[in-house]
Amino acid sequence: MLLNIKNLHVSIDGKEIIKGLNFSVNQGEVHAIMGPNGTGKSTLAAAITGREGYEITQGEIIYKGQVINNWSPDKRANEGVFLSFQYPIEIPGVSMTNFMRTAINAKREYLGKTPISAKEFLKKMEANKKLVQIQSKLTNRSVNEGFSGGEKKKNEIFQMAMLEPKLAILDETDSGLDIDALRIVANGVNQLKSEENAFVVITHYQRLLDYIVPDFVHVMYDGRIVKSGGKKLALELEEKGYEWIKEQFEA
Amino acid sequence: MSDKKKDNHVLEEVTTGEYKYGFVTKIETDQAPKGLTEDTIRFISKKKNEPDWLLQFRLKAFRHWLTLEEPDWALLHHPPINYQDIIYYSAPKPKKELESLDEVDPELLDTFSKLGISLEEQKRLSGVAVDAVMDSVSVKTTFQETLAKHDIIFCSISEAVKNHPDLVKKYLGTVVPYTDNYFAALNSAVFSDGSFCYIPKGVRCPIELSTYFRINAANTGQFERTLLIADEGGYVSYLEGCTAPMRDENQLHAAIVEIITHDNAEIKYSTVQNWYPGDKEGKGGIYNFVTKRGLCKGRNSKISWTQVETGSAITWKYPSCVLLGDNSVGEFYSVAVTNNYQQADTGTKMIHLGKNTKSTIISKGISAGKSNNSYRGLVRVSKKADNARNYSQCDSLLLGNQCGAHTFPYIKTENETAIVEHEATTSKISDDQLFYCQQRGIDMEKAIGLIVNGYAKQVLNKLPMEFAVEAQKLLAITLEGSVG
Ligand SMILES: Nc1ncnc2c1ncn2[C@@H]1O[C@H](COP(=O)(O)OP(=O)(O)O)[C@@H](O)[C@H]1O
Ligand SMILES: [Mg+2]
Repeated sequence: MLLNIKNLHVSIDGKEIIKGLNFSVNQGEVHAIMGPNGTGKSTLAAAITGREGYEITQGEIIYKGQVINNWSPDKRANEGVFLSFQYPIEIPGVSMTNFMRTAINAKREYLGKTPISAKEFLKKMEANKKLVQIQSKLTNRSVNEGFSGGEKKKNEIFQMAMLEPKLAILDETDSGLDIDALRIVANGVNQLKSEENAFVVITHYQRLLDYIVPDFVHVMYDGRIVKSGGKKLALELEEKGYEWIKEQFEA
Repeated sequence: MSDKKKDNHVLEEVTTGEYKYGFVTKIETDQAPKGLTEDTIRFISKKKNEPDWLLQFRLKAFRHWLTLEEPDWALLHHPPINYQDIIYYSAPKPKKELESLDEVDPELLDTFSKLGISLEEQKRLSGVAVDAVMDSVSVKTTFQETLAKHDIIFCSISEAVKNHPDLVKKYLGTVVPYTDNYFAALNSAVFSDGSFCYIPKGVRCPIELSTYFRINAANTGQFERTLLIADEGGYVSYLEGCTAPMRDENQLHAAIVEIITHDNAEIKYSTVQNWYPGDKEGKGGIYNFVTKRGLCKGRNSKISWTQVETGSAITWKYPSCVLLGDNSVGEFYSVAVTNNYQQADTGTKMIHLGKNTKSTIISKGISAGKSNNSYRGLVRVSKKADNARNYSQCDSLLLGNQCGAHTFPYIKTENETAIVEHEATTSKISDDQLFYCQQRGIDMEKAIGLIVNGYAKQVLNKLPMEFAVEAQKLLAITLEGSVG
């Protein structure tokens, strides 16, 4: 099992947001997590990636057989956990090229490898730019600065392709994308998919799941996974809306 | 600059055979007694075999200094300086050579390796005996030959006084008169040595000049005096300092830099200042009181100051431009970093006197720890300076919440046609930015280094290439352990 989350409770500023969540992912699988706004999907992603301020009060996150509750975010990243952010952040003055090289070399250092050669790095940059159809020169563009909403999301997938994660979590990567950008993003994910890695796709709409076909669909509500099923569940949700879930679990 | 002292001492031995054998002066006469009186000044002047006019210059400065009080308007706090408890002259002493790098302070070595300084260079910088000295002699010789070919004068101020007295007399104290301020008066009275450079008419200096290449650069640490002149159409890019951490047993430093550009001439002056900042509790560290000023004397002339200030316990420094010539241009690009208990009060003055003069100010302050970082700037447009333009941008970046950032922009315009623009921002490194980097595998300290360098990029880009690369690493190192 790649990821195994047991009875997870997460609080922010003393307020419990995740309330006993169980979730597991095997290599080669694609999981979709759906659910209404404010049910804790992003909080779950933050807890898995180790963001400060997201306190695990109970339970365990087990990744590749190890409890990672206390690992630093960079250690988790270097062990292969990647998050495509719902709201990618801007870092003025830091070029994408520099950012990516720093990230790749950080991972290589962590793995005891020598830094990537300039030639290999540039080759990789070019290949992955093509993958997500980024046309502009990234050398002179600062991280996410002046990027449109769609560009930011493509840039997240680009970074994912560069860093080759084992476990990729996509937090509403589809929101705000037009159909073309959506296809590009989905195509990127599909090309990177392999028997070795796994994807957790957090989304609001089943639209994305037409392109990235999940093996499992989970519905999150009020800090828990309340329903799991196959691809059909997403369609059912689309049809009945989230009110249906709310009514079922409000009682 | 013990490394350079040593290097140059060896160099002197190699280049001036007699010097070695003549070096039998008794130790006690090599050093002035503590304190500052007219006798001290006469002692210094005599030691340096100076002409009478220079002695008189020093004495006038000293007498003026006696009438002044130490300024207290800067946002700096330090215990009173006892000016009578300082030794104002001591001859350069050869440092004891170390056998190997094993004898060097491991902390220093750690910093060297983080800066990516080669082993050979590490040895040189920390005063370990190297075989490569002959190498650096030959580098310096080639360098001198290049300069000679273009009739460029580049030497120590002491040598210039001997060999080019007319030039020194003509320009010394014309941009920063000894009456300028307390520390300028002090420096004018007791200055030890420094650099002199003269670029003749129409000559573009083909190489970056740095003190490192100046033969006889010894004994310049404490009261340094620099004088650079570019004659009509001349150009030079000058580098001061180095990124390697510099220690000095003298706590008080008071330097003067004067720059003059004639018609169509340009001087770029880049500084990396990394004097010992004191320890984490704020003990020790250099007090650095510097007066730097450029005079754009001629039409269409230009002076650019670029500085990266990371060291010193106290920094008091306002590299300025007097834009006298019509169409002249002044620029100031600054990154000032303070950490722990460091204090910096730095900025610039742009004085517009000529018509169509232009100035640009880009200041990036970065404060961490319990430090205080102030930008202080003046833009003045005089009555006759028609169509003067200034653009100022002063940004402050805070790391943590125990440090301070302050901005004191002063604007005085006496001419209606002036356009003066000022922008200021204060920001913090956000948790979002740090987490974003960490999520990509970049640890906290590297992330801070990356973000800070991004923030300072506009200024770092103005530095000559190799200097810029080193300065980037220096910024990251200076801020290590500042957020946790
Ligand atoms: N940084 C935060 N501080 C306080 N409350 C937060 C923070 N982040 C999220 N929350 C709260 O946690 C709950 C879950 O939010 P989130 O995980 O973003 O939901 P989702 O991604 O499912 O829309 C919401 O009630 C939200 O207000
Ligand atoms: Mg969310």
